[in-house]
Amino acid sequence: MRTNRFVQISLKVSALLAASVLLFILYFLVQESIPLIKTLGMSAFFQGGWYPLEGEYSLTPMLLGSLYVAIGALALAAPLGIVVAIFGQFYAPVLLGKVYRGMVELLSGIPSVVYGFWGLTVLVPWITYWVPPGTSVLAGIIVLAMMVLPLVVLTADSAISSVPRNYIRSAQALGLARWGIIYRLVLPVALPGILSGIMLQSGRALGETMAVLMVTGNVVQLPEGLFKPVRTLTANIALEMAYAVDSHRIALFISGLLLLLMTVLIVSIAHYLKGRRFA
Amino acid sequence: MLNNYRPDLNSFLIWLVAILVAVLPIMMLWEIARDGLPHLTLSFLLDEPSNAGRSGGIFPMLVSTFWILGVCLLAVIPIGLGCALYLSECIQAENPIARWVGLSLDVLSGVPSIVFGLFGYAIFALHLGLGFSIVSGGLSLACMVLPLFIRTTEHALRSSPPAYRQAAEALNLSFLGFVARILIPSASRGIAVALIISIGRALAETAVLIFTAGYVTRMPSSLSDSGRALSVHIYDLSMNVSGGQNNAAATALVLVIFIILINIFAHRMSRRWQT
Amino acid sequence: MGKINLYRFLSVSWFLLALSGCGQSNTVKLTLTGSSTIAPLVMELGRAFEKQQPGTRVDVQTGGSSRGIADIRAGISNIGMVSRSLKISEKDLFPHTIAYDGITLILNKSNPVNVLTDNQIVEIFKGNINNWAEVGGPNKGITVVNKAEGRSTLELFLNYFKLENRAIKADVVIGDNQQGIKTVIGNPWSIGYVSVGAAEYEEKHGSAIKLLGVSGEKASTTAIKQGHYPLSRPLNIVTLNKPEGIAKAFIDFAQSSNAAAFVEEQYFIPINAH
Repeated sequence: MRTNRFVQISLKVSALLAASVLLFILYFLVQESIPLIKTLGMSAFFQGGWYPLEGEYSLTPMLLGSLYVAIGALALAAPLGIVVAIFGQFYAPVLLGKVYRGMVELLSGIPSVVYGFWGLTVLVPWITYWVPPGTSVLAGIIVLAMMVLPLVVLTADSAISSVPRNYIRSAQALGLARWGIIYRLVLPVALPGILSGIMLQSGRALGETMAVLMVTGNVVQLPEGLFKPVRTLTANIALEMAYAVDSHRIALFISGLLLLLMTVLIVSIAHYLKGRRFA
Repeated sequence: MLNNYRPDLNSFLIWLVAILVAVLPIMMLWEIARDGLPHLTLSFLLDEPSNAGRSGGIFPMLVSTFWILGVCLLAVIPIGLGCALYLSECIQAENPIARWVGLSLDVLSGVPSIVFGLFGYAIFALHLGLGFSIVSGGLSLACMVLPLFIRTTEHALRSSPPAYRQAAEALNLSFLGFVARILIPSASRGIAVALIISIGRALAETAVLIFTAGYVTRMPSSLSDSGRALSVHIYDLSMNVSGGQNNAAATALVLVIFIILINIFAHRMSRRWQT
Repeated sequence: MGKINLYRFLSVSWFLLALSGCGQSNTVKLTLTGSSTIAPLVMELGRAFEKQQPGTRVDVQTGGSSRGIADIRAGISNIGMVSRSLKISEKDLFPHTIAYDGITLILNKSNPVNVLTDNQIVEIFKGNINNWAEVGGPNKGITVVNKAEGRSTLELFLNYFKLENRAIKADVVIGDNQQGIKTVIGNPWSIGYVSVGAAEYEEKHGSAIKLLGVSGEKASTTAIKQGHYPLSRPLNIVTLNKPEGIAKAFIDFAQSSNAAAFVEEQYFIPINAH
C-alpha cells in the first residue's frame, strides 16, 4: 500500500511512546527503592514479619495474600465471564442480549470504592453470619471477581463476535448441534482474544487497591484459609503510605516494585504459552 | 445468531449461570438507586457542595470530571490509535518490537492504581511542575488507560476482513486513505467498545486522582486548577465524612447515569460510521 | 437531520460546560495538605475564609499527617494538617491547634456487654480474652478491630493502654473511622475504636453501634469539652515558621470563636470549650 514516511514515523513514535510509559514507571520505582535495598539486601524482605516501625519488612505474607485473592478471583471470573459472553451472543433473545451487554458495560465503569463499600456493608456481614470475622480471602475473591467479570465478558464478547459468521453458518448447514458449534468452533477461534482479555484483567486483579482494602481484613499474616483475613500488597501501600516516613516509605515502594515484577513474570509466562500454542 | 434452537441441558445451565452472575451486581445497583434516588434533585446537580459535601450539590465535581476525562482522552486517543494501527498494520506479530510493545502494555495494565497515583504525583505534579491539577490527573489516568484502549482497538482492527486490505492494495489507495475511510469505519464497533471500556475505567479510578487532580471542591477555573472528580467525592463522602453516605449514593447514581449516557452515545456514533 | 442536530447540541454543550469554569486567577492562594481526618473541617473553614476575604483561595489536599509535615518542609504547601501532637523530630515546627478529637471504643448494639474495665480491654486486644463469655457476655468469639500502623488514633490508643502494636492480636485491621464503624455494625461480636465525634453521630442517627468509655468515663463530646475524658488528641495545623500574612490570617480565623460552629458541625470539639 502506498504510504509516506511521515505516517510511518508518527505511528512508530506513538507505539514507542506507549511502550515507554512502563519504563518510566519501572525507573521511578527502582529509583525510590534502591536506598533500602542497598542497606538491607533483598533477602530482608522475605524473612520475619511486617513490623515496619521496628525495622522488619517481610513482604511474604502480603505477597501470598495478593496472589491468593487475585488467582481466586480470576478462577471465578474467567469461566463465568466466558459463559456469560456466550449467553449474550448465542442463547439470549437479541434484545435481552443487548440489555445484558449494556449492563455489563455499565458495571465496568463503577468506581472500585462503590464495590468495596457494598462488600463491606452487605457481603461481609453475610459471611460473618456463617463464619466470623467476615472480612476474609473469600470476601476479597468475590468482590474482585465482580469487578473483573465485566471486562472479561466484554473482551470475550468482542472476540466471539469477530469470529466470521460464515464459519457458524457452514456448521449449521452441516447440521451440528448448538453447543458443539460453540465449543468446537467458536471458542477455539476466539480463544486468543479471550485469553488476552483475561490476561489484561489478571493485571487488574493483582493491582486492585480500594475494594480489597475494605473487605479482606488487612491483617498481616500468612493466608490461613478461605475465611481468614489477609492483607494484599496494594492494600498495604494504600493504608500505610499516608503515614509512612523514611525507611517505612521506601519499603512500601519496594512492595510496589515487587508487584510489578510479579506482573512481568505472569505476563511473560502467558506470552510464552500463547506463542507455543499458536506458533 | 444460533438462538432459535430447542432448549437442552446445556442451555439450561448457561441460562442459570447468566442469571446467577447478574444477581449480585443488580443488588448492588439497586442499593445505589434506593439510597441515592431520594437525594437526586436538580439542585443537587447544579449546586456547589456545602458542609463538607453532606448538603448542597456536586456541580463543580461534574465539571472537574468532564475536564479530567477530556484531558485523558485527548492524550489516549491519538497515541492509542497510532500504536494500535502500528501493531496491527505495520509490523508482523513475530517482530521483536511488536513483542516488546505488547509485553510492555500487558504489564502496564497490571500496575496497581495506587502506584499510578504516586508515579503521577512524582512525574506530573512535582517533576513537570503541574502541581495538583486537572492536567496531572488526566495525564496519569491516560497512562493507566492506555494499555486497555490499545489492546482492545488492536483486536478490533485485526479482525477487519483481509479482503478489505487486499482490495485497497489493488486499487492503489494510500495507507492513510485506507485507514481513515475503510479500516476505522469497519472496525468502529470495536473501537467504540474500546472507548467505552477506557472511559469506564477512567471514571472508576479513585486512588490515582486523589494524588494528582486533588481534593478541592471548588469549581476549577482552568486546567491547572485542582478539582475533585466524582469517584474521589464518592470515596470521601462514604469513608471520611460522617453522614455523607446518602450523598455518596446519590453521586454514585449520577455517575451510573453518566456512564449509561456515554455508552449509548458511543454506540450511536459507531453505528453511524459503520460500513 | 435530527441526528446531526443532536450531535451539534452535545458538542456545543460540552464546550459550554468546559467554558463555564473559566475565570481569572490573580488571587492569593493558600495550600494546605495532610491528614484526611481534618481535611473536611479545614475545607469548610477555608470556604468561610474565602467569603470573608475576597481574592483569596484556600486549596486543601489530603495525603496523611506525614505528608502534611513533609510538604511544608519541602515548600510545596503553606500549612500542614496533622491529626496528632508533634513528635520530637518535629519540634522545630509551629503547631496551632484548631480542634480536639477523642477516641472511644465501640461495640455492636446487639452485644449485651455494656462495661469493660481498662484491664479487660487490654487483655481482649492482646488476645488473652477471646470470648465474650469471659467478660459477662454470651458465648461468642471476640472479633478485634485494630487500626493500621502509623495512624495517630492507633498511637494514641497504644500510648494510653501502654501496649505495643506487636502485642495486639487483631482480627480485622482498618484505615478510616467509617471503615471501623461499618465493620462493627456488620459484626455483632466485634470491638473496635474510632473517633468520638464520628461514633456519636452514628449512634444518634440510629446506627447499630454503642460507645464504650475508658477508665470508667463515659465517651461523649460533652465529656471531652468538660475535660473529663482522658483519651483525646489535638488536631493541628502546622507551619514551618512563625505564621505571617495570609497564613496567619487563616490560622487566626480557625482559632477564633467564629470557627467553633464549623468545628462542631464536623463532630469535633472546639478549642475554646476547654
